[in-house]
Amino acid sequence: MQEKDNTRRKVLIGLTSAVGLSGIPFAATPFIAAWNPSAKAKAAGASVKLDVSKMQYGQQIQVAWRKQPVFVVRHTKESLENIDSALPKLADPNSDQIEEPYKGQNPTRSKSSEYTVMVGVCTHLGCSPKYHPEVEPKPWDASWAGGFFCPCHGSMFDMVGRVYKGVPAPTNLPVPPHFFDGSILTIGEDGGTA
Amino acid sequence: MSEMVGKLFGWVNSRLPVSNTFERHLSKHPVPSKVNFWYLFGALASVVLIIQIVSGIWLIMPYSNTEEEAFASIEYIMRDVDYGWVIRYMHTTGASMFFAVVYLHMFRGLLYGSYQKPKELVWIFGCTIYLAMMAEGFLGYVLPYGQMSYWGAQVIISLFGAIPYIGESLELWIRGDYYISGITVSRFFALHVVALPLVLIALVFLHLVALHEVGAGNPEGVDIEEHLDDDGVPLDSVPFFPYKVLNALVGIGVFMTVFAIIMFFFPEGGGYFIEMANFEEANPLVTPEHIAPVWYYSPYYAMLRAVPDKLGGLIVMGSAVAILFVVPWLDKSKVASIRYKGIYSKVALALFGISFITLGYLGTVSVTEVRKTMSVICTVIYFAFFLLMPIYTKYEKTLEVPKRL
Repeated sequence: MQEKDNTRRKVLIGLTSAVGLSGIPFAATPFIAAWNPSAKAKAAGASVKLDVSKMQYGQQIQVAWRKQPVFVVRHTKESLENIDSALPKLADPNSDQIEEPYKGQNPTRSKSSEYTVMVGVCTHLGCSPKYHPEVEPKPWDASWAGGFFCPCHGSMFDMVGRVYKGVPAPTNLPVPPHFFDGSILTIGEDGGTA
Repeated sequence: MSEMVGKLFGWVNSRLPVSNTFERHLSKHPVPSKVNFWYLFGALASVVLIIQIVSGIWLIMPYSNTEEEAFASIEYIMRDVDYGWVIRYMHTTGASMFFAVVYLHMFRGLLYGSYQKPKELVWIFGCTIYLAMMAEGFLGYVLPYGQMSYWGAQVIISLFGAIPYIGESLELWIRGDYYISGITVSRFFALHVVALPLVLIALVFLHLVALHEVGAGNPEGVDIEEHLDDDGVPLDSVPFFPYKVLNALVGIGVFMTVFAIIMFFFPEGGGYFIEMANFEEANPLVTPEHIAPVWYYSPYYAMLRAVPDKLGGLIVMGSAVAILFVVPWLDKSKVASIRYKGIYSKVALALFGISFITLGYLGTVSVTEVRKTMSVICTVIYFAFFLLMPIYTKYEKTLEVPKRL
């Protein structure tokens, strides 16, 4: 008799505890979810859209995305033809050392064969490299093939943001997620077709 | 008059266990009659805890936890609030002193086997306090939103990114934004001033309750419970109050003097207590020349950098703290105190101490090949101290522990 009572009691305790415990995930949900980026933070960090058809050939513009400058370059025909002219001087021409989102799609490293999109923050100490597209001798390189030069510590990148050998910056400039819809460039999303 | 006071006390006492508690935990609580200065640091830690709570409450009042105002509000405290600079430096000095006394307190534990049966739980609560303190210190360091706050937090939060699969979303969840923004600062503020202090106080309470249950140790490793007088009080003990309290007051006096000298004359500690880069406002676009943690985390940072793999570094760093928790089960020695342990234990503890301090130094300087090799060697020694403990404590020759203190 005693034993039977205990069994019933154990079952009841077990069931009650199970029901009570099943409430924990529900109760925890708001507390965990409140830490997700808020709608305001998401809106502020959302993708940036711009029309790149108005850009001139050879022009570089800067767009802010998530508090970071993003460079967009529209290459000239000559520079596209000579895109690998600095190849022997590059440290990681195929971007093997970083996570390259659109690897092997275009020599521009982007989703377009004409534009390059990259985060304009030097991978050394975060300065902003300056755009020097001219193919001419420069104080930092007598056989400069055009590209980006960081004024802070002299890191050099080619026209598509690939880092030179023997400079302080360790890696290529990263390519942010982006996609083109006609002439409209969206930075911050890759349009689901990576 | 005194009769009224007595009556009032009686009234309270019959409703609240005042004299009972006082006797049980203070005036009749037996503690070993002979201990040395190593036994002071626990008391000093509780003094610093109080300093941190009081100065912290006063800092909350003028501080602003927004991205735009956080840094400026610190400068406001330093320049415009009357005595604001004292209160802030009290808190920053307190943070460093807290870790200093806790490191010495923990070393005392290793020195005299303060984790051995039946004090395992005291030790585990202590390790948890240390863990909570590390979190508390990190969160607090982010609040001024200076350059080192930002980039230090960047490094620490990106460690979570090394966790496979969930890493990146975890990072985003912790920050609540795509960079360390005002959103991150304000949640760290809530954790720093409310959540973790509550946890810390609860843990300190448990640490002390567990300690009073099993009794304090002594540098000889003698079990004073073995020889009791007719009332069941250990013969080699004195009541905690007033003997140990008055004793501790001397130590507290010396400690407060050191504290005041640092607070008034060297509050930045040459860049080790408050790093120079933190006197500049956070800038997500410019990384400081050299990112280093404050001195009390630097041993672990050196271990992190000693491992070339990001996830591997995180695991090594986490294990370095986690392994402390199981020390009571790693030590197989018959004796508690280093005084009666064998030569292996003595050498192991000395090497451990040296490697921990060396790692501390290596974590604050930039990496070179030689320093990296040294970090690897010291990390190996750190872990060998713990992992080989079951072997060297079991097979070494120990001395006879005296019967009485």
